[in-house]
Amino acid sequence: MNRVKLLVLQALVMVVALAIWHVVTTTSLFGDVKTTQFFFSTPIDVLARTWRQLTGTEIYWHLGITLTETVLAFVIGSAAGILFGFAFARNALLAAVFDPYIKAANALPRVVLAPIFALWFGLGIWSKVALGFTLVFFIVFFNVYQGVREVSPTVLANARMLGMNERQLFKHVYWPSALTWMFSSLHTSVGFALVGAVVGEYLGSSAGLGYKIHEAESVFDVTGVFSGMLILAIFVIAIDSFVTMVEKRLLVWRPGQSSTTT
Amino acid sequence: MELQQRPHGDAGATGVPSQAPSPQQAPLLQPAAVALGGLDITFHLEGGNRYQAVTGIDLSVSAGELVSVVGPTGCGKSTLLNAAAGLLTPSAGTVTIFGKPLSGLNRRAGYLFQQDALMPWKTALDNVKVALEPMGVPDAEADKRARDWLARVGLRAFVDRYPHMLSGGQRKRVALAQMLIRDPEILLMDEPFGPLDAQTRQIMGNLLLDLWSKDRKALIFVTHDLEEAIALSDRVVVMSAGPAAGIVADYKVPLPRPRDIAEIRLEKAFHEIHRDIWASLRVEVQKAYAMGEGKELVEGAAS
Repeated sequence: MNRVKLLVLQALVMVVALAIWHVVTTTSLFGDVKTTQFFFSTPIDVLARTWRQLTGTEIYWHLGITLTETVLAFVIGSAAGILFGFAFARNALLAAVFDPYIKAANALPRVVLAPIFALWFGLGIWSKVALGFTLVFFIVFFNVYQGVREVSPTVLANARMLGMNERQLFKHVYWPSALTWMFSSLHTSVGFALVGAVVGEYLGSSAGLGYKIHEAESVFDVTGVFSGMLILAIFVIAIDSFVTMVEKRLLVWRPGQSSTTT
Repeated sequence: MELQQRPHGDAGATGVPSQAPSPQQAPLLQPAAVALGGLDITFHLEGGNRYQAVTGIDLSVSAGELVSVVGPTGCGKSTLLNAAAGLLTPSAGTVTIFGKPLSGLNRRAGYLFQQDALMPWKTALDNVKVALEPMGVPDAEADKRARDWLARVGLRAFVDRYPHMLSGGQRKRVALAQMLIRDPEILLMDEPFGPLDAQTRQIMGNLLLDLWSKDRKALIFVTHDLEEAIALSDRVVVMSAGPAAGIVADYKVPLPRPRDIAEIRLEKAFHEIHRDIWASLRVEVQKAYAMGEGKELVEGAAS
């Protein structure tokens, strides 16, 4: 299928969906117009509200908060994941002792921690960073752990035969291998950092995209909810394409360069 | 296996720049570059089983000598090489390198692996350059020498390629440059051209001979290809079928050098040597096949 045809078909899906939404909410085919609009808003209202928000300044402040939380959660979570991933991969005893606890902690649905984090870290950004951290940490941790353990034995033996000491092995073999695995999960971990931030805001905060959506919900402002969701979606796509760009730069040496998705 | 200390006693910080041969190496009565004595290697398999790979191996390779080891598949040729490299500790017997017992990795040897051993995240240039880092060569000089070596193996135009962008033969050339740039005194090669096609093997064989003849290091070349072994070597050692493989024959190859791998195969002397060696190798190959490939592992463990 050629590109143009695909784009047309993709656009068609959106047009049809919006058209159905429009017809349902602006004609009395499905009951009282006022009632359906209360529940479903209308596509034109949502687009108009989104446009107004995007051309205003307030939303960027909220986006800034969410972005800060996402980046902090990602950076701190990744750093800790790399550190522990290396420590566990290079120390079999440590890995064996902590194995059941790591598994248990990872099995826990992290959302239940949100209220505790709010209690510990307050309603500011740090409770959201903490929630994002618990999500990002395990993804990076498992990938780095795997990356270090699965270094090709031939590459390792060869590096040893070249006379490398432990530090050089780390720099030239273990570290790049672990980073590869980490980057292959970059989309997932960045995505989860964002989920942590938004869910945290949603559950209790005074700023951020999650807060905006929650605020609209609490006054039954369906237009506001949909508009918030649309902005969130645009935001996620922007971050994701940025990650794809970074990934392409960093993994140039990889054959096939297929982008990895969740 | 952990990284061990420097075996030849030049105690000091790691990354000492000099890799120069130690002064004890008197030229008058030079000991063998590699000497394996009564070597016995047994693997402990999961579930308490044991597999004796090689036994009673006596092999001595002098400096400047190119020795090939041939034998049927799975006879422990690579095991032998790994013992000489210090990647594997023998269960019994001795490994002596220039007269000194080997402990830990063999720092005076370079190893060319059968599988891809290049770091996939480094370009050809960086892969060769990194080999000089443990020797403490400054970056600018390492860069220059690495480019020089890549040119010598015919990859001048490919320095910036990553391994996956190179063909199998080109990757072997990079690996060869990576190994030789350190100027090791002993070269160990484990079926290095095994995965390559016939023509590329010949080209690589000639390249190897060309590079080797410049300064004639001790070279142990493991292969299952008898023709390749004869064409390259001063000596061909035949191993028996495993398990508990040993050396069954040791032939001299008195063909003149320089040689051309492709042309030497057409000569009468080559055929005579080939006939002799094949007579003893054939028996072992047939034994190996009779045992069934892979089955010998189980039987060996049971016995």
